Amino acid sequence: MKNSDLLHETYSALSANKARSGLTMLGIIIGIASVIAMTAIGQGAQNSVSASIQSIGANLLLVMPGAARSFGGPSAGRGGALSLTVGDADAIASQVSNITGVVREVSSRKQVISTGANTNTNIIGTEASYLPVRNVAVDEGTFISDQNVANGDKVAVLGPTTRDDLFGVGTTGVVGQKIRISGMEYSVIGITVAKGGSGFSNADDTIYIPYTTAQRYLSGNKYLSEIDVQATSSDASTQAQNDITSLLLTRHNISDPTKADFNVLNEASIIATASSVTGTFTTLLAAVAGISLLVGGIGIMNMMLTTVTERTREIGLRKAIGAKKKDINKQFLVEAIMLTFIGGFVGVILGWLISFGVTYLGILQASVSVSSIILAFSVSALIGIIFGYYPARRAAQLSPIDALRYE
Amino acid sequence: MIEIKDIKKTYKTGDVEFQALGGVSFTIADGEFVAIMGPSGSGKSTLMHILGALDNPTSGTYFLDGKDVSTFSDDELADIRKDKIGFVFQSFNLLPRTTVLRNVVLPLIYEGVDPKEREERAKKSLLLAGLDEGHFLNLSNQLSGGQIQRVAIARALVNNPSLILADEPTGNLDSKTSEIVLGTFQKLNKELGRTIILITHEQDIAEHADRILFIKDGLLTEDRTTHIKRVVKHI
Repeated sequence: MKNSDLLHETYSALSANKARSGLTMLGIIIGIASVIAMTAIGQGAQNSVSASIQSIGANLLLVMPGAARSFGGPSAGRGGALSLTVGDADAIASQVSNITGVVREVSSRKQVISTGANTNTNIIGTEASYLPVRNVAVDEGTFISDQNVANGDKVAVLGPTTRDDLFGVGTTGVVGQKIRISGMEYSVIGITVAKGGSGFSNADDTIYIPYTTAQRYLSGNKYLSEIDVQATSSDASTQAQNDITSLLLTRHNISDPTKADFNVLNEASIIATASSVTGTFTTLLAAVAGISLLVGGIGIMNMMLTTVTERTREIGLRKAIGAKKKDINKQFLVEAIMLTFIGGFVGVILGWLISFGVTYLGILQASVSVSSIILAFSVSALIGIIFGYYPARRAAQLSPIDALRYE
Repeated sequence: MIEIKDIKKTYKTGDVEFQALGGVSFTIADGEFVAIMGPSGSGKSTLMHILGALDNPTSGTYFLDGKDVSTFSDDELADIRKDKIGFVFQSFNLLPRTTVLRNVVLPLIYEGVDPKEREERAKKSLLLAGLDEGHFLNLSNQLSGGQIQRVAIARALVNNPSLILADEPTGNLDSKTSEIVLGTFQKLNKELGRTIILITHEQDIAEHADRILFIKDGLLTEDRTTHIKRVVKHI
């Protein structure tokens, strides 16, 4: 039997009972569509989580002070120790390789007063390299310069939310105005671009001042509250993390790493953790969708078994006029595969439309991957083979005499 | 040329054995029109299955065109059916909701004949079987009983078989249509020299053949030429 004839036979067999073929296909369509849509949504969730983590700056390593310890006394909590110095930051910048930037930070929360308004916000004492490392841009005016840091100038760059709080929503011409932080007067030299909140800290509700100024007027000591280090790539970040840890352990004269008075947080590992969480959800969603695919496959088998019973006489006739076992086997197998393949095709389109709808409605940036489409197609063809095999075998094994006699 | 020697067929269901054929021998030459007659339960259906290469005998030999097909495997038997045998059944067994032409073409599809050639051959067979060209593209369920059986005869004819096996071909037809169908067989036998075996339980149907084999209780009881052959006058 030629392939073109086989396709013709298959087509006429399937179209002879359109409603049943359609309903059986529906099972596969729903199964495949949900696999495609669910993996797309899961992938989208994964992308959006890593994108939001990345938005605080790419390949970032955050060096934080550890808990302040006094022998036998209460712990002041992580981040409370005064252990990081400008010297530590300088050492990191000069001795650790595979890094592109080091940012010194001294942060605190203070009451800030402008003419006629006041707010309590996060004051970050920092330096010029903050912009590239933390992925922040200036909208108006300028950011803190190296000169400002060297001089310990009383200048401030406002986040857009803080600007709104102090001067009114959307006010322009704030650059050049004065604000007071802890009784000291600062001139506003710039406004940052709105970034949107990410996680627990809101980069838009912040005031940036030179870290030297913050040390002198706000914290009153020579310590840093955080050192941000940007690695050249996410692969290099683990090496850089280890280098920083050993460097600081040496500088702080600590031999036991478990007693370190600082922590190095690696953004890459945070992303990896978050990805593994969303990855688990994707797998879960795909598994649930896979179950519906399995049910669809059983539907195919059910229909094919019914078809074989209904067409027993036809099978007998085909055998009587010379069809071999393999001809009958092939015919019914191709029918099942055709059902699942068409179902798979429609399912991929439907799944893609669902993903498109989810993206269009702004719920999530769902991303349909080529691999999931290929997977869906091969799975649907495989289901056709697996669930079509038994009915086809049963048809092929029918004895022509019994089949012709069948009423 | 059909040569059957001491064919026996025993069916086994559990411990119960049933002998359907108890040693049947006969020879049918090319171009003969033979009726196999017997009451129901006589073993004539079993004989027909063996003659039609649908089943193997338990013992004995069956030479069809010089080949002993009695020990052939399922697939080898399928090839024999495809190349050498044409079937006409009591219940017609056309594919439902399929055109007349497609039904007749079906055996050639399994033979792998090109679409153009097989269509020509199918049309030729249909004309030989006496069906008008106007019906070729009708669906099989739009035809009358007589027309359906002619399509079935055309299908049996299309692979140019050595033997046409008709199993109670008139069983579902009224007497007038039966005459037409039997006339078609006589015409194919006389004008084209086709070997035809007609299986029936009715005397007057069997008398349309040249020779009648009587089967009873699994044995050949009589083998004679028809006393007065009923010849259908062609319309």
